[in-house]
Amino acid sequence: MRQDNYAPAGNPAIPKGKPVSLLRDLVRDKWLYLMLLPGILYFFIFKYVPMYGVTMAFQDYRPHLGFLDSPWVGFKHFQRFFTEPQFGMLFRNTVILAVYNLVFFFPLPIVLSLMLNEVRRAKFKSFVQTLVYIPHFVSWVVVVGIFYILFTTENGVLNEFLYAVTGKKIAFLLEPEWFRTMVIVQSIWKEVGWGTVIFLAALAGVDLQQYEAARIDGAGRWRQLWHITLPAIRSTIVILFILRLGNFMDSGFEHIFLMLTPTNREVGEVFDTYVYTKGMTQAQYSYSAAVGLFKSAIGLVLVLGSNWLAKKFGEEGIY
Amino acid sequence: MLQDKTIGNRLFDMFNYAVLLLMALLCVLPFVYVLAVSFASPAEVAKGGLILWPKEWSLASYRYIFSTDTLFRSLLVSIYITVVGTFINLLFTSLMAYPLAKPHLRGRQAILLAVLFTMLFGGGMIPTYFVVKALHLTNTLWSLMIPGAISAFNLIVLKNFFQQIPDGLEDSARIDGCNDVGVLFRIVLPLSLPAMATFGLFYAVGHWNQFFNAILYINDNTKWPIQVLLREIVILASSSIGDNSIDNTEIQPLTIRMAVIVFATVPILLVYPFLQKHFAKGVMLGSVKG
Repeated sequence: MRQDNYAPAGNPAIPKGKPVSLLRDLVRDKWLYLMLLPGILYFFIFKYVPMYGVTMAFQDYRPHLGFLDSPWVGFKHFQRFFTEPQFGMLFRNTVILAVYNLVFFFPLPIVLSLMLNEVRRAKFKSFVQTLVYIPHFVSWVVVVGIFYILFTTENGVLNEFLYAVTGKKIAFLLEPEWFRTMVIVQSIWKEVGWGTVIFLAALAGVDLQQYEAARIDGAGRWRQLWHITLPAIRSTIVILFILRLGNFMDSGFEHIFLMLTPTNREVGEVFDTYVYTKGMTQAQYSYSAAVGLFKSAIGLVLVLGSNWLAKKFGEEGIY
Repeated sequence: MLQDKTIGNRLFDMFNYAVLLLMALLCVLPFVYVLAVSFASPAEVAKGGLILWPKEWSLASYRYIFSTDTLFRSLLVSIYITVVGTFINLLFTSLMAYPLAKPHLRGRQAILLAVLFTMLFGGGMIPTYFVVKALHLTNTLWSLMIPGAISAFNLIVLKNFFQQIPDGLEDSARIDGCNDVGVLFRIVLPLSLPAMATFGLFYAVGHWNQFFNAILYINDNTKWPIQVLLREIVILASSSIGDNSIDNTEIQPLTIRMAVIVFATVPILLVYPFLQKHFAKGVMLGSVKG
């Protein structure tokens, strides 16, 4: 790919089309390499050193000895983790939340985009779009905070309403059986609008003549939706579904962390929050690094697996 | 586009518009409610119910949250990390994206692969924490800005964006004696303002909403960003902000929580309308493959 169509100011003598030595390239591009330096250092220090640092999962890590000199213990921490009674609970909680996300959250942005796509008044459409994007821009702390205020049993608007209608209040935020519902509802509220951006862009690319032709052939709105609109965004749906599968184990760490209380740990604790609890609050560094590595490894397999699956289905895949 | 005016279609449209309107309202009403209650008089709030427009306005909760330095200091921390952090993000990301956009650069593929790999696998929270600690960044605001200086995803998208800029524009600058650094800052970045605005917005939102890194890396509560303070007050319901506890009958703890939410939310929402026209394009840039 060495097709130099300019002679750089410093080296006007480089002949076109002939092999150029490595050294000359390095000299010619010295500024480019200099510009790369901060970025390379960044990725090395903050991404690759921690990757090397996962070796601590196989050690009894002592902070004063560091990654290099701490004593090696092999799979001790992994064995402990897999035999821990919490292992089953963590696995269950993570998987259930992920499945709920796929079933209840994933289809909604698609439905919302299809509905928006049927709107012919441009002003109304952009009004709705502007408003539904807003929650995406606030933090999880704000989202959870607002839910705490609206859903609390002490003067929360929702419970006041419930009380007025049924004479009862529901402790949405305290009772473990409401935990997953609240988490999913919060996710939907925050992200459903933003999720439409990509589908709406895909829908904007559909050729309007196809609808014209379909109508002449007597197709109603539903048939147009089924035979033109949905096929047009099919590959976008597949790609996003694959991406979601690839991130199956990530339940939205900050979000879950904020929603966890001592009463709902049984249903709410997931791998990520467990890593934090064990590692940062109980200083079991090596053990929690082992849990984190286990999770990352599963994540890697899922990403690669779902990408392979995408290609099987004739889609382009992500990598 | 012609519209078929059958009854079925009209019913469909009415239903569609109604549901969309409801969705839109559900997305903003909570914010309106929080804002209204934060300005409502204590008496009105004590009565309860849904307040979307206060009958009696009161600044009591705002006076209260500014009666100590706590909130003000957190706001300053958040503003600082958002402004400086976003600047660092944009600088680092574009400095790295520009060379990677040059197909003739030796080693480019290897670096791109190394970056892509970080999107698939990472060391995780604990090893990263020790790296940040070893660099003596913990308990400094740098720990909120440097460990996330470049988002691999944004980097790849920006690289693709730079690749689309015609070479001719850069060549003329080179003939005039610019080196690559000059070309980036004088030609490429000015041409990339929409992309920079989009990424700037995404990075800025990330910094303003940053919460967990602060929990992880910062113990000193004078360096808490607003989101951490918000969690203390609203979710953990810690009874005081600063030194005075809230048994002052004039003010409702509820309205104080709402006032803090307002400060954690409004600044970032003020940025949104200015950049709205750019981000749909920015998200689409993201779907261009590397």
